[in-house]
Amino acid sequence: MALLSDINVQGQPVEGHRPWPRVVVTAEVWRHAANELAAGRATLFGLWGDVGTSYWVHMALIAPSTNDIAVVSLECADQTFPSVGALHRPAIRLERAIASLYGLEPVGAPDTRPWLDLGFWDVQHPLGARIPASDRRRAYEFLPAEGENLHQIPVGPVHAGIIEPGHFRFTAGGEAVVRLEQRLGYVHKGIESLMAGATIERACQLAARTSGDSTVAYGIAFARAVEAALHVEALPRAHYLRALMAELERLANHLGDIGAICNDASFALMHAHCGILREYVLRAADAAFGHRLMMDQVKPGGAVNDLKSDGGSRIREAVQHIKQRFPRLIELYDNTASLLDRTVATGIVRPELARQFGAPGHVGRASGRNFDARKSPGYPPYDTLEFAVPVLTAGDVDARVWVRIREVEQSLGAHRANPRPHAGRADCEPAQRYGRRRRTWARRRTWPRRRIPRRCAGLGADRRWAYRALSSARSVVVSVASA
Amino acid sequence: MRRTLFESLTHRPLMEKKPLPDDAALAELAASVDRVARRRLGRSLAIREVDAGSCNGCELEIHALNNAFYDLERFGLRFVASPRHADVLLVTGPVTRNMRQALERTYNATPDPKWVVAVGDCAANGGLFAGSYAVAGGVNAVVPVDLHIPGCPPSPLQLLKGLLALLNNGIRRS
Repeated sequence: MALLSDINVQGQPVEGHRPWPRVVVTAEVWRHAANELAAGRATLFGLWGDVGTSYWVHMALIAPSTNDIAVVSLECADQTFPSVGALHRPAIRLERAIASLYGLEPVGAPDTRPWLDLGFWDVQHPLGARIPASDRRRAYEFLPAEGENLHQIPVGPVHAGIIEPGHFRFTAGGEAVVRLEQRLGYVHKGIESLMAGATIERACQLAARTSGDSTVAYGIAFARAVEAALHVEALPRAHYLRALMAELERLANHLGDIGAICNDASFALMHAHCGILREYVLRAADAAFGHRLMMDQVKPGGAVNDLKSDGGSRIREAVQHIKQRFPRLIELYDNTASLLDRTVATGIVRPELARQFGAPGHVGRASGRNFDARKSPGYPPYDTLEFAVPVLTAGDVDARVWVRIREVEQSLGAHRANPRPHAGRADCEPAQRYGRRRRTWARRRTWPRRRIPRRCAGLGADRRWAYRALSSARSVVVSVASA
Repeated sequence: MRRTLFESLTHRPLMEKKPLPDDAALAELAASVDRVARRRLGRSLAIREVDAGSCNGCELEIHALNNAFYDLERFGLRFVASPRHADVLLVTGPVTRNMRQALERTYNATPDPKWVVAVGDCAANGGLFAGSYAVAGGVNAVVPVDLHIPGCPPSPLQLLKGLLALLNNGIRRS
């Protein structure tokens, strides 16, 4: 990749930086890198502050074509650095966090409001100069929305549901939300400062509690960082155990999410059944590793516990159970017109937005971004495992559900047992996605194509199919009502 | 859907047997049973969950209480959306400084009689996160706590035992 080699040539390489190269650059090269981000020739992978003998900002870049990674570092002599957010919007929040935590000023930044620091801490810039906070409790300025008959709806930080806190400021004109601004950082616990100077054991525990949903993933990420720094590699069996735990975690999260999405669309039946499957996964994890969420099971250099004696069979049982039950739930999802009405063409993340922000995970993969950290940069044992990375392009809630469904199948190893041509295909006809197509009341009539609403005309075949099913369902309801 | 619904009529329920209330939790609760409060509440409690800074691990297990295995509602315990409808605040996490005021306000918005249950090891004293510039400490540092359910995170069964102990021994705060 020209850009990264370009920057590598122009910067001063840092010796012993692993696993990816790091170069110290001048402000000019820093700005050049920001320009490359804005032009889409590189994706922002990370942007963070640092303090040692002096202040630094670091930026990780990834080349979209080759997935090469490089880190550039800029010394902030006068506690300022050229703003990346001025040229590339995805950097804005990261720069606001750097400004709040370290007191480093991004020069030319479009948004200088604090982030994470909500005005309740005893110190200002806790990772930097640690200035005692005095009377700086000034009101946060939400972005303005102007127009007639607009009203604001503040939600949170304590808001309905068993859920993390966050503040959401909706500005609505009737039913249309004209602006939604988030204010987050309520669960900021200062993990970065607690990690500094901690023993590896304690740091490992902190990493595992960054997010309880992804405790294994965080554990693996931290362990890999320590292993890279110390030049050690875990044994193959430990890698396999880590991957087993990571896939169990993925299964549990996806099953929970698929159910929760349907529940949010008022279809509680899916939620109840997905909740049962999720519980099977957690119980199998408990039987195999001694902890339902598998917390503290990954450590640098290996894994903490081997599988318990009956762990393997318990996991196989759970997998078998899900393999039996899950297809019918997908069929239920795919055949419920009232549910699809709320997921298809809803909450669309456009592919260009996913590309610009470098959206990882299933969000990116539902919006056409073919990126999976297990494949690239890749890490053991995934480099030796065969699995497909499902990518869809619609970018709506339905696409994100389908990416999760496909990933559940991949995690279950369904691709080996059942080598269907559709598995992991980029775009496939939903009606054919699952086995024998059942005739349901919603599909007994066929409708001429003119019934497809105009707004769907530009969508793919699968979207149009969904709309046909929906409109026929509505017509049946209407005819029953009139009869 | 018909097949799925029909099956649930013919299949055995997955529900776990009702666990005995946690002995330790019973001991932690004052032994005096408030008959007035119990009569008023009709052995039913409305719970408002407040994440005051947790890693979400406790929330996942609290969520699991609602699944078909644990089915919390059969005991008359249910989650409500507003503290104004709640009898119990189920608070998780070390209380972050950013959440301190929100927790106090939630507590003040909950009508009397009310109980606070702190869930998880962090909620006891801040756990691993104690001492950070962004953490105020355990739940007790901000609002009075009636019962603490330990664990990182506590399993749904541990949560159930603790809540049943609360239900069976509703206490009166002097």
